[in-house]
Amino acid sequence: MQEENDDILEQITSSEYKYGFVTDIEADEAPKGLSEDIVRFISAKKNEPEWMLEYRLKAYRQWLTMEEPTWPNVQYPAINFQDVIYYSAPKQKVAPNSLDEIDPELRKTFEKLGISLDEQKRISGVAVDAVIDSVSVATTFKEELSKVGVIFCSMSEAIQEHPELIKKYLGSVVPATDNFFSALNAAVFSDGSFCYIPKGVRCPMELSTYFRINAANTGQFERTLIVAEEGSYVSYLEGCTAPMRDENQLHAAVVEIVAMEKAEVKYSTVQNWYPGDKEGKGGIYNFVTKRGICAGDHSKISWTQVETGSSVTWKYPSVILKGDHSIGEFYSVAVTNNFQQADTGTKMVHIGKNTRSRIVSKGISAGKSQNSYRGLVSVAKNASNSRNFSQCDSLLLGDKCGAHTFPYIEVKNNTAIVEHEATTSKIGEDQIFYCNQRGIDTETAVALIINGFAKEVMNQLPMEFAVEAQKLLAISLEGSVG
Amino acid sequence: MEVINNLTKAFASQENPSSPLHEFQSDNWKTFAGLGLPAIKHEEWKYTRIRNAYADNLVIATDAQLSAATLSAHQLPGTDHANRIVFLNGRYQAGLSSFQDDSASLVVKPLETAAGDEDAEFVNLHLGHSQKYHPDGINALNAAFAAGGVYIRVNKGKSLNQPVVIYHFTDSSNGYAFSQPRILVNAAEASAASIMETYVNIGGGESLTNEVIEICAAQDAVLHYVKIQNEGAKSSHSGTTHIRQLGKCLTHAVTLTLSGKLVRNNLNMVMEAEHGESHMYGLYLLNGDTLADNHTIVDNAMPHCFSNELYKGILDEQSTGVFNGKIFVRKDAQKTNAYQSNKNILLGDHASANTKPQLEIFADDVKCSHGCTIGKLDEDALFYLKARGISEQKAKALLLHAFAIDILDQIQHEAIREYADKLISERLSFDF
Repeated sequence: MQEENDDILEQITSSEYKYGFVTDIEADEAPKGLSEDIVRFISAKKNEPEWMLEYRLKAYRQWLTMEEPTWPNVQYPAINFQDVIYYSAPKQKVAPNSLDEIDPELRKTFEKLGISLDEQKRISGVAVDAVIDSVSVATTFKEELSKVGVIFCSMSEAIQEHPELIKKYLGSVVPATDNFFSALNAAVFSDGSFCYIPKGVRCPMELSTYFRINAANTGQFERTLIVAEEGSYVSYLEGCTAPMRDENQLHAAVVEIVAMEKAEVKYSTVQNWYPGDKEGKGGIYNFVTKRGICAGDHSKISWTQVETGSSVTWKYPSVILKGDHSIGEFYSVAVTNNFQQADTGTKMVHIGKNTRSRIVSKGISAGKSQNSYRGLVSVAKNASNSRNFSQCDSLLLGDKCGAHTFPYIEVKNNTAIVEHEATTSKIGEDQIFYCNQRGIDTETAVALIINGFAKEVMNQLPMEFAVEAQKLLAISLEGSVG
Repeated sequence: MEVINNLTKAFASQENPSSPLHEFQSDNWKTFAGLGLPAIKHEEWKYTRIRNAYADNLVIATDAQLSAATLSAHQLPGTDHANRIVFLNGRYQAGLSSFQDDSASLVVKPLETAAGDEDAEFVNLHLGHSQKYHPDGINALNAAFAAGGVYIRVNKGKSLNQPVVIYHFTDSSNGYAFSQPRILVNAAEASAASIMETYVNIGGGESLTNEVIEICAAQDAVLHYVKIQNEGAKSSHSGTTHIRQLGKCLTHAVTLTLSGKLVRNNLNMVMEAEHGESHMYGLYLLNGDTLADNHTIVDNAMPHCFSNELYKGILDEQSTGVFNGKIFVRKDAQKTNAYQSNKNILLGDHASANTKPQLEIFADDVKCSHGCTIGKLDEDALFYLKARGISEQKAKALLLHAFAIDILDQIQHEAIREYADKLISERLSFDF
């Protein structure tokens, strides 16, 4: 029985990464390495105004004085920041006016990934901003969105066309000085998505960004900024994949969310960067800073993430609950297999009164992977009646993996109620037996149990994503009994 | 820093090359010189500014006199027949110590003596394990001054009739007094013992105690350990209790912190044998500016171990409670069951609680859980009591007392339990 289970585990956990192909497109690349010249080069490539260049240079100089963090519970060889290409763009003659003008190779790439750039072909209304390597190649449904006043475009476009908004909000939630990787990102970010929902508008469709690393040796540094004005609502999705390569590639993104009074932003991620092969060779280093601020009263920010890819993940989507009665949520499923390492979690900073936050984190580790939850719940002195509930569950599939929990809880107000609970366990033999008895084979039973384990988070995902995420989860782990 | 110079001088003046502990002490002094005093940027000391306690006016306490009257005035009630070990300013006082159990069961001698006689092998093997296990500047500092320490052996197959109560007196009449007691306990195979520690600041000044107690429990041993801290608002404390399970055994620890200025307790349970069982309980009932920091480690290194941990805090006025509980389950420690819980009640408007329950698990066939809560008194429960004619103050006291009783019930020695209950009831103005 045990042997059979191990076989099933072996089969399933060894399934291939199916997004590992490379698209053969000509790329316009910056030389390797990082210097002030490269920062100027990127800025010039983007035809950026002077203030943007200044912003980048300031961040770059700041970065030089900073040290790479060593506190996460992950190990990887030192990154040579001079061995990375900081800018790579697929060659396109001119910016396409309509979607028909997009390079067919590119179009094929996205079709292969299951992302259609043809608006009419889409069944459900999801607007997509497709980012390949360093630049955004297409944004769909722009016009329809602009009818209701929603701005959804690439960051480069926003810098050109909405400088006043960018000046006001860029770096307002994650300043360049925040940490080593956010400083690096601020200096060299090449593109990303910008989304602005005006007052009182409920965004008519899901917005989505799809990130694809294609070129070798490049780092991807994108920047996402979402501003939701008073009383607005938006649901935002993010997906990502990369080709299989032997060398590690760096991805250091920054996501900022600003929610004004009574606004609600729902941000969902299905992270599926190339995780490296079975020997732990290659894979993406995913060092991401994500933070939202509930700036106005009664606002709400909700992060949902399904993390299955990347060889090393270092990511803490956070919410600053500044407005009174604001709500922060964090739902996460992190799956690690083979030699993957994940150190992920959230920060909920309660500043306003009557603020509420909820954290549900599910970690699943298999193979020789290490999976850590690291979170902070902080209640400031004036945050009366704030409420937090955190739940961190870990499921271990195999005896060579590890699950770790590092929750920090800091409360300075005596009317706050904060609860945290965590469990670590494996799939019980009795659970499997129960299913077997009812005619469900072991493989299906495990899938069933894992699905049930992750259900609470999966339920938070928008429909289109939930299907994809569930499939991903199945590919990563189905059938694994320790 | 002046304090480092003073410590250096004090170390040099007490150096004794002929002592069997000399090498141990000087090695640790070098370690301390390298590591220095912990700073708050050090993860383990994030919330506790221990450097503030090591102020420049710290006087490395010298020999003083302790009268029998002072001693009996501070004796814990109900312990007239207990084995008594007395420390004064961090040095073992053989003359003031007394024993009820015969020497066939209990052997107590200066650490320096033990390091040179038939116990030398044990001392060499186990003294300083806490430092090797978890390198720490102030642990090394204690070790550098270990000559005044004591060695306690509970013989094989013996069960002590009376608890061993250890009194730590610090005489602060000559200024900010610093004492560094050091204890090594050898609980031999199939022995049973109960060890209690309490701290007294005499002289009315400020004091700082930096203690290290290392306990080794062998196969089939049963060991109960109780630490009662109620030294008053002028006394700071940093202490490490390092308990090793060398064979299948039961170890049980209760830590009560009722007052102090800055209190840091490290409690390590290192379970090095299969089928071990350990329990850790703690209560911190704080007011004023007290900061109490409990760092605990349960290290499940072998399969089939069980550990349970419950720490509770009641934080009034401007006090701060810090809790960090680590559970390690090593790679081969399958079938481990480890539980941990930390509950805090914030009473004071300016009180704060920082807690970090931490799990690090490398084995898959385990059941581990931890939980923690920070909150206020249950409004519904308060209302229930008030609706029955109980005044708000009494109702609160009743609820808080009920909250604390889970920990008090864990103290095995009846008289000590009643004494602790009395202290807590007084604090809560609980007089039913």
